[in-house]
Amino acid sequence: MRRKRIAVWAALGLLVAALSVVAAGCGGGDDEAGASTDIEGLGTSLEEIQTMARDEGEVNLVQWAGYAQLTDEFEAATGCKVNTKDGGSSDDMISLIQTGEYDGVSASGNASVRLMTTGDVAPIDPDLVPNYADVQEGIKDQDYNSLDGQPYGVPHGRGPNYLMFRTDDVPEDTDSWGVIWEDDQLAKYKGKISIYDDSIFIADAAVWLKATQPDLGIDDPYQLNQEQFDAAVALLKKQAPNVGEYWPGTPASQIAAYTNGDSVVGTTWPYQYLQLTNADPAVPVKAIKPVEGTTGWSDTWMIYSQAAHPNCMYLWMDHMISPEAQAAVAEGFGEAPVNLKACDLTTNENHCSDFHADDEAWWDDVYYWTTPVEDCGDDDDSTTCVTQEDWKTAWTEIRG
Amino acid sequence: MTSVSAPETPPRAHPGRRLSTFLFRHPRTRLALLLALPVAWMVVVYFGSLVVLLVSAFWDTDPFTAEIVREFTLDNFKTIIERPVYRDVAWRTIQMALMVTLADIVLAFPIAYYMARVASPRARNLLVVAILLPLWASYLVKVIAWRTILSDGGVINWALEPLGLSFDGYSTVGLWLVFTYLWLPFMILPVYAGLERIPASLLEASADLGGRSLTTFVRVIVPLALPAVVAGSIFTFSLTLGDYIAPGLITSEQFIGTVIYNIRGQALPTAAAYSFVPIVVIVLYLLVARKLGAFESL
Amino acid sequence: MVESTLTRVLLRVGAGLTLAFIYIPLFLIALYAFNQNVTQAWPIENYSTKWFSVAWENQGVRDALWLSLQAALGATIVALVLGTLASMAVSRYRFFGREVISFAVILPIALPGIITGLALQATILDVLGPLGVSFGLTTIIVGHATFCVVVVYNNSVARLRRAAGSLDEASADLGADTWQTFRFVMFPQMRSALLAGGLLAFALSFDEVVVTIFTAGAQQTLPIWIFATLARPAQLPIVNVVALFVILVSIIPVYFAARLAGGAGLTADRPAKGSVAAAVEAEP
Repeated sequence: MRRKRIAVWAALGLLVAALSVVAAGCGGGDDEAGASTDIEGLGTSLEEIQTMARDEGEVNLVQWAGYAQLTDEFEAATGCKVNTKDGGSSDDMISLIQTGEYDGVSASGNASVRLMTTGDVAPIDPDLVPNYADVQEGIKDQDYNSLDGQPYGVPHGRGPNYLMFRTDDVPEDTDSWGVIWEDDQLAKYKGKISIYDDSIFIADAAVWLKATQPDLGIDDPYQLNQEQFDAAVALLKKQAPNVGEYWPGTPASQIAAYTNGDSVVGTTWPYQYLQLTNADPAVPVKAIKPVEGTTGWSDTWMIYSQAAHPNCMYLWMDHMISPEAQAAVAEGFGEAPVNLKACDLTTNENHCSDFHADDEAWWDDVYYWTTPVEDCGDDDDSTTCVTQEDWKTAWTEIRG
Repeated sequence: MTSVSAPETPPRAHPGRRLSTFLFRHPRTRLALLLALPVAWMVVVYFGSLVVLLVSAFWDTDPFTAEIVREFTLDNFKTIIERPVYRDVAWRTIQMALMVTLADIVLAFPIAYYMARVASPRARNLLVVAILLPLWASYLVKVIAWRTILSDGGVINWALEPLGLSFDGYSTVGLWLVFTYLWLPFMILPVYAGLERIPASLLEASADLGGRSLTTFVRVIVPLALPAVVAGSIFTFSLTLGDYIAPGLITSEQFIGTVIYNIRGQALPTAAAYSFVPIVVIVLYLLVARKLGAFESL
Repeated sequence: MVESTLTRVLLRVGAGLTLAFIYIPLFLIALYAFNQNVTQAWPIENYSTKWFSVAWENQGVRDALWLSLQAALGATIVALVLGTLASMAVSRYRFFGREVISFAVILPIALPGIITGLALQATILDVLGPLGVSFGLTTIIVGHATFCVVVVYNNSVARLRRAAGSLDEASADLGADTWQTFRFVMFPQMRSALLAGGLLAFALSFDEVVVTIFTAGAQQTLPIWIFATLARPAQLPIVNVVALFVILVSIIPVYFAARLAGGAGLTADRPAKGSVAAAVEAEP
């Protein structure tokens, strides 16, 4: 009997060992794709792409909620059915794209750089995307959407992270982030503060510290040395007990909270602001870019390097920077469009100026989401910055 | 003298019969055939994939891309042991699981007893259907409905308003209510089965010996029903311990499930290391439950 | 009845309160299915049946419903097979590791779903991916079947434990071969337990969301569709309509299963009335 027992344990141990070896040996799949625009199954000319897309019949996208617009028109024109999956955070989207089940993703800077580095997304051939020529030059070839001089996708639009508050609870002339950082304000709005639930929010604390504690020397809120980082984390830990909701990137719960009055002040995206003000009855909210500046995002549609439907994806990318789609996105989500031809098509003719599409100066103090890197991304070898991994760990601690 | 006829040779057996005879004579082969498929499934599909996940707890990640680097390290375990937040979250989750279990026991016992011993057979049948039916209502829809019930403008506050009270539903208390609600049928059914198994003769004997209702309850019913209660608690405890969707929708506090979910993308080894915590807790709980006889009462 | 009248009254009240606790939220779900407004506020101001037609025309929810049905059916079948085999082995034989099986089979449902989900996803991506296996209906069924086995197994073991093994031996003595014994003696005894277990397995699979999120890839079962709809406030009322629909539709099979189990409820602890096994058990 005892020998049998030993035999069984030995067998189990062998099984564990074998599986470990298998799991260790079998790679995660994606070797670093060479920086080639070639994707298996992609046509080589516009006509070919259009024909092959009809055979593909569908395109699967990972997106921020509300990004895909005019999908019915797209399907009618190209024969590609659009299936979308909403991601709550950039980390979420990276995980989803890495399952290999999707053709493309609307990546913010804190996802795009990582995806480009791992080779999960492929560079695009601008010749195969006719509308690319109309994209604002100031948005092309940036750190977050190009690598080694190659463009890695089509810009989607950009926007700020607003400070939003209910005007029946918070003074209408509020213009500073102090309302969610200063001690007396935290006490006043305790339990009704709404904060985005992602480690990237540490950068928002850094933006506040940049303005209020200049001796910390913060310049780029995403590249922080240990001292700056610790100060930001301490600030967030002080804020945490007063936060009513850490909203998860799928906007419905924040919209419900503001509607019911469970939240009265916090950070948000233009989408929620538009939903609340267009609701029936409208919710009395105001959304501003405070005087200290804010974080924001400039998003890019990128194609998965092993996309199953690359032709449909190329057509989708072209569609999303067409003036019609750009106008729809701008008004549906509250983006500033990147194709200024859309400005003539928006229902609200002042949309582009309201959302500062052409006003580069306005974007000077909007710090687009990006990924912290250990060498701080500067040319100075002596500086080291806190890594993305540590941002992530710190966020778990901040949430408590 | 009657002659005994020679034994008949059995008819030529067809292959199915021959196989059946073989199996009859070789019980071990029968057993092996029975067990082959389920055991292979559990070992390969379930335990195999568990190992694949848990092994990654010993690996490292690239600090920038978060890709898994297959180098042995114990850093992930160091992180979850040294940093207090992981302890706090684990303890908070275990407390919630215990509170939910207690609440479910209290809510389940009266109705289970009623169904088992007092209700007429027809009522009993209807009640069983009534208890089972909510299992077919979507978990998500129930949580969403409770979100509305718990909100500042929801049913609970609407009822409390005339009394001048208010209730902050998006809190740990609110979550406790939701969990209690969700897992209640899983407690009622085993307790009902367990109570039904108690022979009426025992209760009559207790009464004959002079025991009044309370005495009978405490000294006869509770010990006999205990395995069934523990069986039900397996579900309420473990389902609460690992859930991440309800906490995410009702409260802002972190629980084991939400932490694992949040860090799974960019720190999978740490998530895998943290997974050891609920695994160990639940395995211990199951071992204790088995000792108390719960496995026969599931 | 042994219980005093007071006890019985209290029990009735307690039972009633618990039933109310269970059904009031469900009643609210039903009410909200008729809520005209998109936002779920309280009290409901206007009622309307418009969401029923919206739900009917929504292709996404219909596809999701169909996928859920397929997955639940597949998972139930697999769970029935595995659970029956394992329960027969455990209740009729004694062997090394017998107790381990009861323990092992409950782990998939006892351990957090997210761990099972992550484990399966990691395996599909790292181990099976290179072999060409990808996410889809098969992976969904595999995930669901794994934790559904236990409900079939438990019901079946409980039933077999009460059914005398002597019946099988008697059957063999009378000349029945293995298949005939199974068909005419064992299976009829197990039938009600399998029905109960299968029904519960179907319900568990149909409603499962956590493991499915990790094994479905880009596919959407009904719970996944509901989860995705949380992000789209405009479609939220459809969710209530669908939930109400599912509850109402499932009254029928649950009720009939209860009746077919021979008046012993769905705990399947007693053999069906009038069966041979019942006669055997009735003997002192």
